[in-house]
Amino acid sequence: MTDAAPGIYGGAWRRLRRNRAAIAALVALAVLVVASVVGPAFSRFSIEQVDWSLSPLASPPSLANGHWLGTDGNGRDLFVRVCAGTQVSLLVALLATAVSLVIGVAWGATAGYLGGRVDGWMMRVVDVLYALPYMFFVIILTVVFGRSLSLIFLAIGAVGWLTMARIVRGQALALRRLPFVDAAITLGLPARRIIARHIVPNVVGTVIVYATLTVPQVILFESFLSFLGLGVQEPLTSLGRLVAEGALEMESAPWQLLTPSTVLALILLCLNFLGDGLRDALDPRQR
Amino acid sequence: MRSTPGSAEVTDATVLAIDGLRVVFDTEQGPVQAVRGVTMDVMAGECLAVVGESGSGKSQLFLACLGLLAGNGRALGSARLQGAELVGGEERGLASLRGAAVGLVSQDPMNALTPHLRIGEQLTEFVLDRGRMTRPEARGRALELLRSVGIADPETRYDQYPHELSGGQRQRVAIAMALMPGPVLLIADEPTTALDVTVQAQVLDVFRGLRGQGLTIVLVTHDLGVVAGLADRVAVMYAGAVVELATADQVFSAPRHPYTAALLEAIPRLDAEPGARLAHIEGQPPGSQERLQGCPFAPRCAFARERCRESEPRLEWRDGRASACHAPLPGGWTP
Repeated sequence: MTDAAPGIYGGAWRRLRRNRAAIAALVALAVLVVASVVGPAFSRFSIEQVDWSLSPLASPPSLANGHWLGTDGNGRDLFVRVCAGTQVSLLVALLATAVSLVIGVAWGATAGYLGGRVDGWMMRVVDVLYALPYMFFVIILTVVFGRSLSLIFLAIGAVGWLTMARIVRGQALALRRLPFVDAAITLGLPARRIIARHIVPNVVGTVIVYATLTVPQVILFESFLSFLGLGVQEPLTSLGRLVAEGALEMESAPWQLLTPSTVLALILLCLNFLGDGLRDALDPRQR
Repeated sequence: MRSTPGSAEVTDATVLAIDGLRVVFDTEQGPVQAVRGVTMDVMAGECLAVVGESGSGKSQLFLACLGLLAGNGRALGSARLQGAELVGGEERGLASLRGAAVGLVSQDPMNALTPHLRIGEQLTEFVLDRGRMTRPEARGRALELLRSVGIADPETRYDQYPHELSGGQRQRVAIAMALMPGPVLLIADEPTTALDVTVQAQVLDVFRGLRGQGLTIVLVTHDLGVVAGLADRVAVMYAGAVVELATADQVFSAPRHPYTAALLEAIPRLDAEPGARLAHIEGQPPGSQERLQGCPFAPRCAFARERCRESEPRLEWRDGRASACHAPLPGGWTP
C-alpha cells in the first residue's frame, strides 16, 4: 500500500464494511431494534392488556384475532411483549457491559501497568469482590436504592468488571515491558497518558471479544434477577423473563418459548459476528 | 570522592558521570548482582561503546540510569546526568529529567513503536504533550528528523502505521523519536542486533551522522564489528564490571585485558583459511548466583596466575586508559 493509511477509526469502519458477516449482523440488529420500537404501534394491544375475548387465554399465533405471535398464559399479546422485552434486554445488556468495560479496563490497565505493590493491592480488591456472593451484593443494592432499571445495569456492571479487569491486567503486564513503553517512559510521558495511549488501545481486541461474550451473560443474568423479583418488574418484561415463562409452558404452548428465544438467539448471534468483525477492524495490523 | 584513583575529573564536558553503580535483582534465590560497581564518565560529544557478552550487565547499567529496571531490580550508587542525580531520585523528577535529556533506542525495532499509533503521532506525542511546540512546528521537526535518519519520503511515512515499515525503517523512526526532544545523550541498546547485516550498516551510518553533529552517544553492544569505526572510546564489561576502558584505537590495536584480547581474537576473519575452526573463549562466564573469588575471568584466562584466583583486580588507570587485571598484556600485543 503506497497511499497514506486512513485514521484508525475511519480505517476501522472501512475494514468493518468489508466484513460481510459483521455488516449483516449490524443490519439485523438495527432491524430488530427499529422493529421493537416501531412494531407495537401497529398492534391493537399494549403489554399489560389482557384479551378477555380469548378462550383459552393462551392463544397460538393467529392473524385472525390480531395476536400475530400468539399470547402468553395470561392472554397478553406476545408480539408487543417481545418487542418491549427486546428493548429492555438490549438496553440492560449494552449499558451493563459498558459499565463493566469502563471500570474493568481502567482498573486492569492501571494495575497491570503500574505493577508491583499497587498491582497487588488493586488485584486483591478484585479478589475480595469476587469472593463476595454477587446475589447478596445485588440484593443490598436493591434494598438501599430501590428497584429501577438503571440500578440493574449498574449492579450487573459492578459485578461484571472483575473478570474484565483481570483480563486487561494480564495483557497490560505483558505490554508494559515492551520497548515502546520504555520509549514512552524515557520521554517522560506521564503514566496516565502511557496507559491511555500505549496500553489500552493495544488491548482493544481482547476487550471487544470479551465484551461480546459478556452481553449474552448479562442478558441471562438479568432474567435470573427478574426471576427472583429483583430485576425488571411486571408488567414490563425482558427477553430472559419471557424465555423463562415460556419454558414453563413448553409442551402446551411452544410459541411462548420459541418466539422470545428466537429473538434472543438472533441478538446473541449478531453480537458475536459484530464483535468478531470489530476486533479485526480495530487492529491496524489486520488487513 | 571518586572511588577510582586517576579517573577523569568531573568537568563541564562530562555528560553522564556513573560512580560505583550497582544493580541488584531480588530473586527467589536471593539477591543477584547484575552490575557490581561501575564507574565511568561519558564525555560530551563522544561515542562511548559498552561491549560485553550476554549477562555482562551492560544493558542493565544504562537501564538503571533511566529508571527502567524490572520491578525486582534496585540501583545503588550514583549516576549524574549533567550534575543531576538519576539514581534513587524521586520517580517524577526522573521522568522530566529523562524527557528533557536522554533518548533511548532499544534492541527490538519490531516492538519499538506503539502498533496502533501513526508514525507522526508517536513522534510528536511528547513535544505536544509538554506544549513545547505547536502542531505544525512538531510536524516540521519530525519530518526533518525522519529525513536526517534516512527515511525516504517522510511525508508519506508520517501518516503510516508501524506495521507498514520494515525493521530497519522502524529502527530509524525509533531513533528519530528518541531525538525529538533534543536530548543531550542518546543511549542505544544493541540497536542493530535484530537487523540484517546490510540494514545494520545503514543504521550505523545514521549513528555516525549523529556523532558527526556532536551528539553524545552511548552504544551498548556485543558486536565489536559495530564498535569499530564508530566509537571513540570502548568500555569492555565482564561479569557486571568494567574490565577495560580505553580509546577504540587502543582497544583494537593493543588490548590490555586478556578478555578484550580474546574477544578480538574471536571475531571471525575473512582471510582465515577455509575450513579453519572459529576462535572462541573456552569456558562460561560466571553464573549470576556464583560467589566470586578473585578475578571473574580467571577460570577462562590463559594468563591467570595464583594472585588472579585470590583477589579481584580493581580498575586502574595508567597512561589515560584503564584495565582491571593483575597481569595486563604489554602494549602492542596483537592477536
